[in-house]
Amino acid sequence: MRVALFVTCVNDTLYPGTGRAVVSLLERLGVTVDFPLEQSCCGQAQFNTGYRHETEPLVHRFGRAFEGYDHIVTPSGSCAAMVRDNYPRMAAKAAAEGRGGTLTRVAESVVPRTYELTEFLVDVLGVTDVGAYYPHTVTYHPTCHGLRMLGLGDKPRRLLGAVEGLELIDLPGAEECCGFGGTFAVKNEAVSAAMGADKARNITATGASAVCTVDNSCQMHIGGTLARLGSSVRPVHIAEILASTKEAPL
Amino acid sequence: MSGTYLGMPAFPKAATLSTRNTRMRANLTHATHTIRDKRAAAVRELPDWAQLRAAGAAVKDRTLRHLDHYLEQLEAAVTAAGGTVHWAADAREANRIVTSLVRATGETEVVKVKSMATQEIGLNAALEAAGIRAYETDLAELIVQLGDDLPSHILVPAIHRNRDEIRDIFRERMADWGRPAPEGLTEEPAVLAEAARLHLREKFLRAKVGISGANFMVADTGTLVVVESEGNGRMCLTLPETLISVVGIEKIVPTWQDLEVFLQLLPRSSTAERMNPYTSTWTGTTDGDGPRTFHLVLLDNGRTDTLADTVGRQALRCIRCSACLNVCPVYERAGGHAYGSAYPGPIGAILTPQLRGVTSELDASLPYASSLCGACYEVCPVAIDIPEVLVHLRERVVQGGETTIRGVRTRIRPAKGHAAERAAMRAARWALDHPAAMRTGQRLAARTRRFHPKRLPGPGRAWTASREMPTVPAESFRDWWQRERGGKVTR
Repeated sequence: MRVALFVTCVNDTLYPGTGRAVVSLLERLGVTVDFPLEQSCCGQAQFNTGYRHETEPLVHRFGRAFEGYDHIVTPSGSCAAMVRDNYPRMAAKAAAEGRGGTLTRVAESVVPRTYELTEFLVDVLGVTDVGAYYPHTVTYHPTCHGLRMLGLGDKPRRLLGAVEGLELIDLPGAEECCGFGGTFAVKNEAVSAAMGADKARNITATGASAVCTVDNSCQMHIGGTLARLGSSVRPVHIAEILASTKEAPL
Repeated sequence: MSGTYLGMPAFPKAATLSTRNTRMRANLTHATHTIRDKRAAAVRELPDWAQLRAAGAAVKDRTLRHLDHYLEQLEAAVTAAGGTVHWAADAREANRIVTSLVRATGETEVVKVKSMATQEIGLNAALEAAGIRAYETDLAELIVQLGDDLPSHILVPAIHRNRDEIRDIFRERMADWGRPAPEGLTEEPAVLAEAARLHLREKFLRAKVGISGANFMVADTGTLVVVESEGNGRMCLTLPETLISVVGIEKIVPTWQDLEVFLQLLPRSSTAERMNPYTSTWTGTTDGDGPRTFHLVLLDNGRTDTLADTVGRQALRCIRCSACLNVCPVYERAGGHAYGSAYPGPIGAILTPQLRGVTSELDASLPYASSLCGACYEVCPVAIDIPEVLVHLRERVVQGGETTIRGVRTRIRPAKGHAAERAAMRAARWALDHPAAMRTGQRLAARTRRFHPKRLPGPGRAWTASREMPTVPAESFRDWWQRERGGKVTR
């Protein structure tokens, strides 16, 4: 099985530990991982802010980078949703403007092969117990695009539930947005911060030592808010928990 | 706050102020969470909800595709049943028609059924200017009117008020509008409702002219439908001699069989009821029963232009249930007034910029009033993909492009105030399309990481005002991969 890791620009630049965790987790499960260096960014921030034309070169690049792989795996619900939901939409709009060609080909070729990490584990590899060990209390925040655009359902929670030593604590108001929303976080700072503060309060109230998500961009906002409020709850990406073992604990 | 949305500030500015209004936020959180939980329970009861929702969307889409046909069918049916149909291209024309119809009766007072269309066009102010007093008879609309306030929710216009505030408004203002509040008024809901009932009763009995909107219009019989909970609507629709209904042209359903779908979708989505208490239907006029004169004012006011947009037109499916408001985390914290129109919340953020255009600073800011979390789409009973339309409208704001204004295809320029952002997006796109440049940036950031400030200047301040910055790692993933796995150097 030839799997390409799409690490995402946020993880590449700010959270390389998440990328390394995906590599070690997948290799532990017998998957050969490649990292096509031509990759950069799915273009979500540009697209969601309204700059569709500026996004198109990034879609072309994505198509070139991941040509020929059986599966493209990414540790981000929202980047996976960008590819799966919005690439076809961009292609349709470009086609309506009389220049569909390449975008349509990219969309058709990558959409069925792009998976968020937990989907890949549960749906493609068919595993929920990945042999991980993480002896801590954890609460899980289902990030919006994974929850509603990808329909991840309980896959992340099933994976976490099988981790040895991990105690999963329910998060009150779990399905409410944390308030990140890409450029929303700065364009509507006050509302974003108010949403973040409520999310942080709910997280702290669980008494968990870590909050886990499938998206480091949301985690950047949640973690930044928790830190500003003086909370000691640690934001951890699910890949890092699943990669953690007794021999090499996180 | 007084009766107009004109000249209100852009959404972020208004929302910043409302996030600091702790009382309003407590009122909104309590109210929206209560109703969202009830809605979820009411929807769960129906095993075929997904099919109903798909049917609702399909009926609306089909009707909108053939709107010209159904509108003419409706006009013929209403006329045959003794009503008179008027066509209003915009708010001004609708207000002019209604004002002249009321004047023709010689009356200077009207009673009103809760109506979004008349809020949209600012009918009360237009009537006031013509010396005609319009009395709102829906309890929440009454609270808003007495408080010299604006509606902040589609279904519960006074949702931002709690019962203490309502008691004070009744005590202080009811006398100016008619029967004063009883002595010793308390904040008990039953006591407040009784005060409103007594105050409104004399209006119902006196009024010669009623004004309404409609939730639905059935094209093949010319029947109008109002769905409500309080019974005030039934009073206004049956007691006056003249009834004037102002209805958006998208409210049509072809047949009663189609109506059946929406009478299931609407109550469960809006009030979380299996069936609403009052469903009034009327077809033209009937001798000896109800109003002797009936006028229907069909309102366009940007709807035909919206219909011309293949992505944005789904907003016209909306049945004004408010489910999207009640689940929206942004609405919950910003409050309804920040949206600057009769249509607050997620649906307002896609409807207002289409009905009014994106030329004002406020209207151009509305498509950005969302974190794109998708909760609105999930609960929408007619499956309006609100996040999709928001992004589509953001594109119209920053890129400009083709749109339809008063029936004419027009190429609009990008909105002002996005120059710096556009430059930043272009620069980011360039760097992301040149991985070598991106890597140089990553390395530079890593090397200088000990000197990164905790609080950022300029646009970055909006991040660090409420959040810590992430720490830049010593090595990017890309560099680690190449060091460990010795991949090829990228072009």
